[in-house]
Amino acid sequence: MLRNNRRVLTIFWSIIAVTFLCIIVNLPAKFNLFGRTFYRPDFSLNLGSSKIKPNLDLRYGLDLAGGASLLFEVDTSQRKKEDLPQALESLKLNIERRVNLFGVSESNVQMANQGDKYRLNVDLPGVTDINEAVKLIGQTAQLKFMGVINDQLFIEATTSAELLKSVKDTGLDGSHLVKSEPSPNPNTGVMEVSLKFNPEGSKLFEKATTDFQNKKLAILLDGVVKTAPMVNEIIIGGEAVINGDFDIKSAKALSAQLNAGALPLPIKLIQQSQVGASLGQDSIERGVKAGLVGLGLVFLFMIGNYGFLGLIADFSLIIFGLVTLTLYRLIPVTLTFPGIVGFILSVGMAVDSNILIFERMKEELRAGKSWNNAMELGFGRAWNSIKDANTCTIITGLILFNPFNWSFLNSSGMVRGFAVTLLLGIILGMFTGVFVTRNLLRVLARKKQ
Amino acid sequence: MNIMKFRPLFLVISSLLILTSIFSIIFWGFQWSVDFSGGTSWQISLPSKPEINVIKQLLTDNGLELTNYSINQDQYFLKFSNITSDKKELITNSLKKIDPKFVDLEFETLGPILGRELMIKTVWAIILSSISLLLFIGSRFKDLSFGASAVLAMLHDALILIGSFSILGHFFGAEVDALFVTALLTTLSASVHDTVVTFDRIRELKSFTFRLDWVELANKAVSEVIVRSINNSMTIIFMLLALVVLGGDSTRWFAAALLIGVVCGTYSSTAVAIPLMLLTKRKKSDNVKK
Repeated sequence: MLRNNRRVLTIFWSIIAVTFLCIIVNLPAKFNLFGRTFYRPDFSLNLGSSKIKPNLDLRYGLDLAGGASLLFEVDTSQRKKEDLPQALESLKLNIERRVNLFGVSESNVQMANQGDKYRLNVDLPGVTDINEAVKLIGQTAQLKFMGVINDQLFIEATTSAELLKSVKDTGLDGSHLVKSEPSPNPNTGVMEVSLKFNPEGSKLFEKATTDFQNKKLAILLDGVVKTAPMVNEIIIGGEAVINGDFDIKSAKALSAQLNAGALPLPIKLIQQSQVGASLGQDSIERGVKAGLVGLGLVFLFMIGNYGFLGLIADFSLIIFGLVTLTLYRLIPVTLTFPGIVGFILSVGMAVDSNILIFERMKEELRAGKSWNNAMELGFGRAWNSIKDANTCTIITGLILFNPFNWSFLNSSGMVRGFAVTLLLGIILGMFTGVFVTRNLLRVLARKKQ
Repeated sequence: MNIMKFRPLFLVISSLLILTSIFSIIFWGFQWSVDFSGGTSWQISLPSKPEINVIKQLLTDNGLELTNYSINQDQYFLKFSNITSDKKELITNSLKKIDPKFVDLEFETLGPILGRELMIKTVWAIILSSISLLLFIGSRFKDLSFGASAVLAMLHDALILIGSFSILGHFFGAEVDALFVTALLTTLSASVHDTVVTFDRIRELKSFTFRLDWVELANKAVSEVIVRSINNSMTIIFMLLALVVLGGDSTRWFAAALLIGVVCGTYSSTAVAIPLMLLTKRKKSDNVKK
């Protein structure tokens, strides 16, 4: 064994170093100790001109952080198959733009297909008024024509409230627009964007151009000003052109946006769920408390059963916990309550490797082997069982996680949140239970001979 | 230790458990959560603790029928049919009039299609897990009967877990929801986990000794790994028990389901998987004797 001494020591100190690094990563961003305030280092990295600054905060899912989640079904019956991918993509972009109006950070819009049906899932962390969310996101038309009544304020407006004060609704909206096209002016050849309204829209447009002649008429898409052309004359008949500094590209883009004012595909709300933040906070606290109590029991059980060996196993379990939490921060893993349960369960499974090994060691000791021999044999022989048994759990974990998004398997956030922490836990648990415990024992138990 | 002589007893216990499960599933069915049945579940806090009839009337006025409810101090868990957001706003405003301190804790509403999909997806997951584990264990031990008995023991555990939730639902209102599905699939893996460890020991013993017959081999292997099996289950049970006792209401049944699954898994690896495997082996050793 002596020939390996230096290698073992190197591994031992590396384990200690990694553990300390993990402790630092898991410190609160700011904390008080002995009357002094400490800050967690932010691990920012300078690579040439770009700066990498990892976000080390734990991320919580909707069920813990509170928030709203909406699931829409997309009606694709009106579309030809070949147009569908493009229509779905622009639907998603459209919804994302509406979600951004909410100003929620880390909102998430996802398209999922279920056979030939398409679903759109919208997660809004921190949003407590689900009714408002449904109204804003599920609306079908968001294109508005507004007359500018206060030009100064209109130009300087930075918030939507200020903006809305500077304009007056003309009653004209996306539902009145029949078509918008980019077209070159027949006389000058300069690009323009044409507008064509339906009969009702034509009347409203005539009134708007009368009211705001020689003023600006702002076109707002989801509350954002797309263009504000000057009204040069009263327009009767519902056909108009917007001229400005357009080239072919910008004219096309504007008319596309105007046409898309209405959602490209109709959507129907099929599921809404909402969790208040207080309930989530309560779940976290209870989960942590339960985890600590359970962990305490496991620690005592291991020491009671295996004495010194159990103590070492407890140490590698602590290392397991620290490394797992660090990975949650780095990957990052979004923690949900089932995720926490997955973590707690994987703690139980991580101990299993050690129990297998220690029982094996006991057997070898009973057979009259020396302590060091029994230890190395215990680890060697138990490894087969550990590997096979954990592979089985990994297989089911992968089926739960559904990495390829197979539509016949579950892909809900709850089940995935559980699968991801369970999988990480099992893989790491095998590593700490075998590699870490073994090397800790090699160094710390050597003198027991 | 001659554990395998208790095989008739194991057969009786397992048959009883399975029959009870099937009985309960047929006669009592399940308390489906809205994840499966569709509809609305709403958890609210009303510190003034109004009578449930007030809320019931409010829902009836809005054309909704309260199908199920429970009250825990100032917290009300309400279940009723699927609603639109306009209606929810109306009801919320009325509730705020009843109690200005009204808090909206958790709300979920969904159509019935999603529930059917979840069910189909769960069945697929079980089928896919069974086939993959059967093939993996079969190839690891170069013997398909190992894989088959491990998978059958696993399905035995799944059935008992499903049955116990039917019983728990009947007597204590435990709901079958999306989380239960997760617990069920985890049970599958936990069950196989223990079985594989024991099988591994049988394989190892077999490579050392040729004389022992299969029953003796199984006895020796079980007595060598049973302490480990029980100890390991104990650690998982500690963690889960802490969650059942201290965890939040929303996940209490989830942890309970996992707990039942783990206990079943430990029992079935010794009492179901190995006797099943021995069934396929006895004939072979007879052939050898002839």
